[in-house]
Parts: sequence; C-alpha cells; structure tokens
Amino acid sequence: MKAKIAEFLGRYLGNYELGDDEDIFATGYANSMLAMELVTFMESEFGIRIANEDLRLENFRTLNAMAELVADKVGVKQ
Amino acid sequence: MLGLTEQQKTLRAETRTFLDAEIAPLMPAMDQEEVTPPAVVKKLAERGLFGAVIPKEFGGQELDAITVGLLNEELGRISFSMRDLIFVPSMVTYAIARWGAREQQEQWLPRMATGEVIPAFSLTEPNVGSDAKRVETQATLAGDSYILNGRKKWTTYGQLADVYLVFAACEGKPTAFLVERNTPGLTVRPMKGILGARASMLAELELKDCRIPAKNLVGTVGFGFQAVASAGLELGRYCIAWGSVGLAQACLEASLKYVRERKQFGVPIGEHQLVQQMIAEMVANIKAARLLCYEAGQYRDAGDPRAAMHANLAKYYASRMATRVANDAVQIHGANGVHPDYPVARYFRDARVTEIIEGTTQVQQVLIARRAIQQGDLLD
Repeated sequence: MKAKIAEFLGRYLGNYELGDDEDIFATGYANSMLAMELVTFMESEFGIRIANEDLRLENFRTLNAMAELVADKVGVKQ
Repeated sequence: MLGLTEQQKTLRAETRTFLDAEIAPLMPAMDQEEVTPPAVVKKLAERGLFGAVIPKEFGGQELDAITVGLLNEELGRISFSMRDLIFVPSMVTYAIARWGAREQQEQWLPRMATGEVIPAFSLTEPNVGSDAKRVETQATLAGDSYILNGRKKWTTYGQLADVYLVFAACEGKPTAFLVERNTPGLTVRPMKGILGARASMLAELELKDCRIPAKNLVGTVGFGFQAVASAGLELGRYCIAWGSVGLAQACLEASLKYVRERKQFGVPIGEHQLVQQMIAEMVANIKAARLLCYEAGQYRDAGDPRAAMHANLAKYYASRMATRVANDAVQIHGANGVHPDYPVARYFRDARVTEIIEGTTQVQQVLIARRAIQQGDLLD
C-alpha cells in the first residue's frame, strides 16, 4: 500500500527520495494540483472514498499517514 | 463523433432541437440587454439541466463526463452564457457533492438540482485572479458563526444567484463557505458593459460583517482551495473546453451557410481557395479539440488522477482554437461579421472570454509545460 503511494508520489518528486515519515509539504514538490490528484489516486487505487472529515493536513503529510488513512478506510469497508 | 452510446447521441440530439427552437432565437436580445430572463432559466431547469452533476440520491442526473461534455458543447453552440448558466452552478453543486458534509448535501443539493436554488462560484476578487489561493476576503469564527468581510468580483450569474460559494481566508488559510443571498451585510452589484458572454449577469459582491452559521463551512479550514475550489475548477475547465468546441462549431456552421450563399466575383465565396483554407482549418481544429475533450472525459469517467491535467490541456487547446475560429468566421463574413444582424460578432466576443476564465491561457501553458518537463508520463 505504502509502496504504491510512494510510486505515485515519485512522479512528482523527480529523483527526490521521500522518507516514510518525511513531511511532503516541506519538500517543496507539493503543488496545488497534487492534492486532488493524490485523492483521486488513493480512491481509485484502493477503492475507498475520502470524505470531507478526512481533509486534514495530518492525513496527507507523510507516507505513513497516507497509508494509515487508507488502512483505516479499507478496514471500515470490510 | 464515433464511440458515443445511443443514450448520449439521443440526449445530444434532443438538447440541440430544444435549444435551437426555444432558446437560440432569444440570444441576440439577451446579449444586447445583458440579461437572462427568468423564463429562460425555468425552461432549462425543467429539463433537469441544473442537476447534471448532482448524484441521483439528491435528485440529480449524475451524468457521465462525456454526456456532461456533450451538453456543454450544445449549450456553447447557441450561447456561452447559456453554458455558464448551467455549468458554473454545477461547479458549486459538484464541490458540495464532493466535499460537503452530508447535512449540507441534503440541505442544498435537491433544491439546486431542480433550479429552485441557483448557486454561484465566488472566488475571484478585485485584486486576486490567477493567484487564487491568496484571497483577501477574511472569515473569522465567532461562537457558532463565521463573520465574513471582503469583496468578490466577476461572479458569473451573481445577479441571479440565491447562494454563493465564497472563498475566504480563515486562520490565514483558504476556506470555502456558503453565503445566502439574503445574509445581512451582503451587497450584490451588477456588472455591466462586459465584452463577451454578456448575458451571464456578472456581479460584484461586498461582504460587510456577514454572519453565517458555522455549519456553512464547506470541507475544512485550509482545504478551501486545494479541495473545494479545485474540484469546482477542474470540472469548470473540462466544461469550458467542451463549451469552446460548441462555440467554434457555431462559428463553422454560420460560416458554411455564408460561403454557400454569399457571391463575389460571380461565384459563391466558398469557391475561393483562401476562404476554403479558413474553412479547412476550422474543421480540422474543431475536430482535434473535440477529441482532446473526449479523451479528458474518458480520464474523468475512469477516475484517473490524470483527468485534471487533461482537463487543463483540453481547455487550453479548445479555448485558443475557439478564438482563432471565431476570428476567421468574422473574416469570412466581411463587414457583415461585425454587425449584430449576423451571430458571428457575438461568437467572436464570447470566444475571447474563454481564454481568460478558469485559468488563463498563460496559466495553462505553465502548468502543461511544467508537467511535460517534470513528469512526461502523466501526459501519455
């Protein structure tokens, strides 16, 4: 799960190696289009629905946080 | 166009017949007087058009992206303002459907689907255009209310709207709020003398200590731009791309009629090769733009993250194409092209607007070029 998100983000990061707990917003690579594309990716890739209550920076700040959000959603679905 | 379903073809044909018969004849006067009469709004509402992108559970049509595109093309073919009337409110309904709280969706979407309540998208300000994240309008939490202060400008159909999706800085971060028309402290001023899409009833809003319920916040604090506005703008760009194709199609149809009828040097001007050159360019460029729009729609329907970038690409290409096609349509019409007896002068003015709204040509160029340089794979 985390690897798939990392692969997706990799397209935005060039050669930059993002750590699992590294703040993506601090890298300078996160642009205004990334947020929506990331949400669309997470929804279509993992079959989840990200809703308004999930819109918190903490949920998207690091790879670990994103993976946790997806894991929670997948868990809820099951 | 190949690849459309029977349902899509039928809806497109029925919409075209309806618009040609009921709305198109009214457009010259609406353009001249800069107004859309309530009877026109009612006719479009009766066809369920305001519910195009609203989920079925809230009374909408929940149409697929290609069908939404075809409707934009047909509306754009008779008037860019009619496209605005349906699909600018759709930017709001889509944003609420995407990021609104369940309670907001239940409160607003059923009445927006019928056209009973018309929403407006109010992002741009006198000092803030392309740099939309830096809105100067301020929102402050006070108990169970937010207090909004600031000014909005160029709000499409703002004169007609019942509720505004207003973007304001809250705790210094862009945030979205629903502000009802009757909120004390809200003044709506009509903007007149617009170059194109003149029937779109633009308005300037002044918010002076507007107190709104805290529950009217859409999404969360700080996600007003990246989530709420982005959802609306992505749809908006996609729709404008298709609308521009419709506008260019109208230019082509008017030009074809003219070159068959108008005679100079003893023959219809369509026999003259330099006129033929303009016609050939129109046909090829319209079809190319339509295909880009179609591809953007396929990405959108597939839930592919590349949909947003393809909407930018389609909007960029189609709006520039429309201004060129409209320019040639005026040229083909000669002096008649600059007179209101022929529709192409209106198309020409409308086309110019498409390169400015929902991301200027230059903003799109930067986004597309950066994307191609940094991540070519996303433009496959």
